[in-house]
Amino acid sequence: MKRKPINKMKMIFPTYSENERFSRSAVSSFISQLDPLLDEISDIKTAVSEGVTNAIVHAYPDSIGEVTIEVKIYTDRTVYIKIKDKGCGIEDVKKAMEPLFTSSPDEERAGLGFAVMQSFMDKVTVRSRPAKGTAVTLIKTLREKEQ
Amino acid sequence: MFTDVRVYPERTVFASIKGDIDHHTAKSIRTQIDRTINDSDPKLLIMDFSEVTFMDSSGIGLVMGRYKLMTERGGEVIISEPAGYIKKVFQLSGIDKLTKIVSDPTGYIKEDVDTINEEEQTNEAKAY
Ligand SMILES: Nc1ncnc2c1ncn2[C@@H]1O[C@H](COP(=O)(O)OP(=O)(O)OP(=O)(O)O)[C@@H](O)[C@H]1O
Ligand SMILES: [Mg+2]
Repeated sequence: MKRKPINKMKMIFPTYSENERFSRSAVSSFISQLDPLLDEISDIKTAVSEGVTNAIVHAYPDSIGEVTIEVKIYTDRTVYIKIKDKGCGIEDVKKAMEPLFTSSPDEERAGLGFAVMQSFMDKVTVRSRPAKGTAVTLIKTLREKEQ
Repeated sequence: MFTDVRVYPERTVFASIKGDIDHHTAKSIRTQIDRTINDSDPKLLIMDFSEVTFMDSSGIGLVMGRYKLMTERGGEVIISEPAGYIKKVFQLSGIDKLTKIVSDPTGYIKEDVDTINEEEQTNEAKAY
């Protein structure tokens, strides 16, 4: 993104599942300064929850690692969210993003996390390297407020 | 976070889920519902979402899992009163094609007047 954000924040937390709720609430309260509509807030909260849960469940399957979330907001009401881990990474990103694909079906996972992110946000980008980690970028431009 | 699971006549179980459904909470919700399914062998499981405040794809896993379990046992699942943003997640998963989504579950529940009176009396007795 070339322009300068009007505000930004960064948070780092360990991959305890308690932090799923905390992190989506933190992002939602940060973007509240743009005065988003209720359905925009719930779309963003759900997408963030998917990204964070993936880091907690998949990136560090047998240990506790760290998740970093960066949020930037722009004058044109664009919200930019990056969720990053230094976990196991994804071998085949294209396959991982296919709806219904999951590497842990026995844990009652639907394999729809990426599908939810894609349907609730304008743009989803995934960069990943095996044994290095994964960064998921979520972008959504909020609707203009009616005067 | 607790799930209020009640058994009604004609082998109906009504599970009222409260609060957020995510990966952190799904496990305990699942345990509470499955315990009652195993104990009372229902033919109908109504999963009530009227008091759910958030749901991500973990909720789809939760419903899918209960759907499989109930289908194996020859039973049925109904999803009751999901808010608009929860319905959106269900529609994306296609689960709305496997289970009914209803806005009012009362027609599916047969109240057993005798049991209810008995319960009220016990509660009164306790108050003394
Ligand atoms: N941060 C990550 N690190 C490592 N692997 C990941 C990461 N995020 C996703 N994956 C891989 O991509 C797959 C698909 O992710 P997706 O969120 O779509 O489904 P899921 O997490 O398996 O199931 P659901 O999100 O429906 O509970 C995962 O099963 C996992 O193998
Ligand atoms: Mg996921």
